[in-house]
Amino acid sequence: MFRKKQYLALGAVTLVALLILSLPPRVTGHVKLALGSLFLPLFGLANTAEQLPANLADSVLPRRELLRQIDRLTRENQQFQVQALQAAALARENDQLHSLLGWQQQAPWKLKLANVVTRDPANWWQTVQINLGSRDGIQTNLPVLTADGLVGRVSAVGYTRSQVVLIGDPNCRVSAIVDNPGRDMGIISASGPLGASLLDLTYLSGSANLKSGQNVFTSGLGGVFPRGIPIGQVVDSRPVEFGLYTEARVKLSVNLGALDQVWVILNPQPN
Amino acid sequence: MNILQTILILAAAFLAVFAEAVFPLLRYWLGAQVDLLPVLMVYAALNADLATVSLLAVLGGLWFDTLSANPLGITILPLSVVGFLIYLRRDLILREMSFAQLVLGTVASAVVPALSVLLLLSGGKTPLLGWGSLWQWIVMTAGGAAATPLMFALFDRCHHALGYQPRTETSFRPDREIRRGRL
Repeated sequence: MFRKKQYLALGAVTLVALLILSLPPRVTGHVKLALGSLFLPLFGLANTAEQLPANLADSVLPRRELLRQIDRLTRENQQFQVQALQAAALARENDQLHSLLGWQQQAPWKLKLANVVTRDPANWWQTVQINLGSRDGIQTNLPVLTADGLVGRVSAVGYTRSQVVLIGDPNCRVSAIVDNPGRDMGIISASGPLGASLLDLTYLSGSANLKSGQNVFTSGLGGVFPRGIPIGQVVDSRPVEFGLYTEARVKLSVNLGALDQVWVILNPQPN
Repeated sequence: MNILQTILILAAAFLAVFAEAVFPLLRYWLGAQVDLLPVLMVYAALNADLATVSLLAVLGGLWFDTLSANPLGITILPLSVVGFLIYLRRDLILREMSFAQLVLGTVASAVVPALSVLLLLSGGKTPLLGWGSLWQWIVMTAGGAAATPLMFALFDRCHHALGYQPRTETSFRPDREIRRGRL
């Protein structure tokens, strides 16, 4: 009788698991959202605890140091304003040339800043969750980046949070182009669970002439990532399949292990 | 104590999942995050009732999958298998010995991620696997093994602090009282 009760319980739990697994993805998305909202108070608590030392340090910072920082930031700001003017002039010139040639013009990116709130607790996925959701205009497949380079793409969207699949996860492949005379193109794919900063650039042509230190950017093909986002630098390359094609290792520009804040491009496609 | 014990175990599971997702220091240093749910399952299977084991498997699995890219519900099955197997044999296990706790923690921490990955692969998913996964598996197993006796000690302290203590018997026995008469 005692054993029977245990087997019944095991059967019930297995049935519950199978029922949940057989739910359609839309429903499981909603269930995940509902369950995830249970963690919201803890997120707030963790955020406050994280900010506490910074606030404490701010309150004891001497006035002289603050003035020095303001002065430095003002000078940097002026420098950036001049650079922005120059960039705007270049963009206008670029647009004129595009229109003369009849090429499609690229709209300026609309960016939204997001905080990384959690990392995937499972070791076999490379994902993070950010504190922007559908209420902030986030949709699936929007590119995510930092000032250093590409981070990944939005893979699932909730009302207040979204999941970002990082570059290096098997579910985030990126079409890339190498900044060399041959403009060699390949696919960035996962290299392994431990080498998060080193990724494989595969399906390069057999005649690709790669050198260490060459920059790798997004190619704009594939319809998810816009052209020209930095990915990393070539470390080394080797011929595979008897020289049929070439594979290279790329060191990522972004440190994926220390992501705090990221930018989401809200309008990745050109107009 | 039963309901309190159930609440404590579930609260610990909730906090453990949250901590695994929010504090990535271990992953940064060792390349892998240690999962504490198998450890909690060992404790629950040895000390709690069947309902607690079932609840821990279902809720712990759901919470873990919510913060992960896993399909929702996939972690329930490995946790329940480990929990029920230990529960079936718990009368034969010297649960108060640290060595027994260590061995069970090792086995549970090794089996749960392995079964999860097998289920993912059989479901057509493509998790990030390679030779480095072996290292991650070793870290998870060793971390879980080390955490198990600590978890038992922590719950024992909670049990002593919050549960009813057995009434201490007085050494006085009226039938053994020496009655002195008049000399």
